[in-house]
Amino acid sequence: MKIQTILAAGAMTVAAVAAQNAQAGAVLDGIKDKGFVQCGVNTGLPGFSAANAEGKWEGIDVDVCRAAAAALLGDANAVQYTPLTAAQRFTALQSGEIDVLSRNTTATTTRDAKLGLTFVGINYYDGQGFLIPKALGVSSATELDGATVCVEPGTTTELNLADYFRAKGMSFEPVVIENINEATAAFFSGRCDVYTTDASGLASIRTQMAENPDDYVILPEIISKEPLGPVVAQGDEQWSDVVRWAFTAMVEAEEYGVTMENVDDMKANSTNPGIQRLLGVTPGMGEALGLDEAWAYNIIKQVGNYGESYEKNVTAKLGLERGLNALWTDGGLQYAWPVR
Amino acid sequence: MSENAKLPPLPTGTFATRAITWSKKNLFDGWFNTILTLGSIAFLMWLIPPIVEWAIVNATLSPTIEGCAEATGACWGFVNANLRLILFGTYPFDEQWRPLLAMILLMGIICGSLGAVKYPSFRKAIIPMWVIGVPIIAILMWGGVFGLTYVQNSYWGGLPLTLILSSIGVIFAFPFGLLLALGRQSHMPAIKTVSVVYIEVIRGVPLITVLFMASVMFPLFLPDGVTIDKLLRAQIGIILFTAAYLAEVFRGGLQAVPRGQFEAGDSLALSYWQSMRLIILPQALRLVIPPTVNSFISMFKDTTLVVIIGLFDFLGTVKLALRSDPAWTKYYVEGYAFAAAIFFLICFSMAKYSAYLEKELRKGERR
Repeated sequence: MKIQTILAAGAMTVAAVAAQNAQAGAVLDGIKDKGFVQCGVNTGLPGFSAANAEGKWEGIDVDVCRAAAAALLGDANAVQYTPLTAAQRFTALQSGEIDVLSRNTTATTTRDAKLGLTFVGINYYDGQGFLIPKALGVSSATELDGATVCVEPGTTTELNLADYFRAKGMSFEPVVIENINEATAAFFSGRCDVYTTDASGLASIRTQMAENPDDYVILPEIISKEPLGPVVAQGDEQWSDVVRWAFTAMVEAEEYGVTMENVDDMKANSTNPGIQRLLGVTPGMGEALGLDEAWAYNIIKQVGNYGESYEKNVTAKLGLERGLNALWTDGGLQYAWPVR
Repeated sequence: MSENAKLPPLPTGTFATRAITWSKKNLFDGWFNTILTLGSIAFLMWLIPPIVEWAIVNATLSPTIEGCAEATGACWGFVNANLRLILFGTYPFDEQWRPLLAMILLMGIICGSLGAVKYPSFRKAIIPMWVIGVPIIAILMWGGVFGLTYVQNSYWGGLPLTLILSSIGVIFAFPFGLLLALGRQSHMPAIKTVSVVYIEVIRGVPLITVLFMASVMFPLFLPDGVTIDKLLRAQIGIILFTAAYLAEVFRGGLQAVPRGQFEAGDSLALSYWQSMRLIILPQALRLVIPPTVNSFISMFKDTTLVVIIGLFDFLGTVKLALRSDPAWTKYYVEGYAFAAAIFFLICFSMAKYSAYLEKELRKGERR
């Protein structure tokens, strides 16, 4: 805790200085000069950012960086990745070691306001939940009074857990285990009644680690909000616009039904003015952002729309349905600001 | 004749009777040893068969998740399927011959240097080998010249990274540690104080703190836009840390050299450096071979800590592979067992070499 306070204080000082020094467009110009986007990613979180068997980074967080590179440089592969731990991530962004941080980072007030960062979008709505064995005979988290709970220490997960039980006037016994493999092993061997982490994590643990996934259920209560999204440093509004609209274009494309496969056809034949604006048939959007008019076309052609990225990474790797991350028209929260 | 009478009688009889005599003397000598022997046998019989069954008999090498799901034993298929990721990390797939070549070259130089110690005529070749070899390794890893594509070192990983971190660590920590040890023995107060403070401060903090500071705090103090490479920061942290420990090992060696040796140097009118180089250090360093190698082994294993600053050493790439696909995650025991085996192999070789070196350098005394 103490280290975090010191770090935050140091980070704030630097952020203040950096904000004064940074000139508009400095990051953007830097990226154009070197010809690639330096992207901070998780050191390994399947579905979000993980290296595949060939050592290439993959995931929905990785796709945000690829989209930004496609929009700015016209090539989704013009990205270099810097794997970062949770403790390093903000320093790396503030010191200019990376251009964008896309590392399942929860947007919060302090991070946005005090650390000199700008959250440019939410590419994954997550929240903390509970995994229990069916044999426990519990159907709601409110029945968990007195339960033994396996949890990883030092995370917001642990704090949310304490908050939730205190608010409900219930007691619990935490079993704190640092290593995720050991923590899940402890849960599946019956050392604790409940395992808690973000819902995306619970789903993957249930499908991949359980001997028989059907013996376990995720309780319906989600006890915290974890809006995860890409972050840039304050001070270069033009660059933060590029990342924001690169991600937005992916969602907008899904709303319009533009996919990697049909994008050429849509560009040539669509009469929908929204699609024509998005794909640069009607020029103006690229110019407004200081980008090539084909910026969104490049994203969709090379990376795909949001739904495709989600499908390919989160659904395929973790077996997670869209849930909160469905489009607003399907009852989810993904709602693109209009590209116009 | 009287000399021979003191020796134990030569074993006689058939192999079986000799075996019985031997085991009576060594294994069943009294009730306590008998219980210990039987207990140990029972323990091994309880321990070993399940391990053999798991690791060999029921294991599978099939590099697919389905193949592993069918096997009741170890899933070595995890290692098999992800071998290149485990060995080379996120280094671009098509360019992985470069770290492979660099690693072979580095091993060659290390083995060459170690072997050359025995043959004085080859000793002169050690320094040129490193001076030529290290730039070649750097060119192979980084590229950017001779038509090799440039590879940022945030992509380096696996065994090459572990070997680079530890061998560069040894090369720089050794002389630095030696200087610190000499500094601590110095008669000049300024040098002595600086050395003592440095050694005590560094020994007083864990390596993980040094790495954490180097990676998280240090960049905050640099001017805007200036970044020092993450790998370089970690490497310097490891060197500074190991040097402090080596300094104390060397001090032990220096203190064990009899005072008369120093005086002998003085009486021959040798300068400080001459007497150190020709008289003191050869004796002092030979005395501390075991603790020095001990420090190196511990440093080699400490390089795995770089995982906390987002670098993937060999253990880190095993973790990376475990997370490459959630379906592999449950085979972490196999992954860690493989990493442990490789680490053991390297550390054990270091220990064996140290024993050999001691024997080699003690020949003068045995005569």
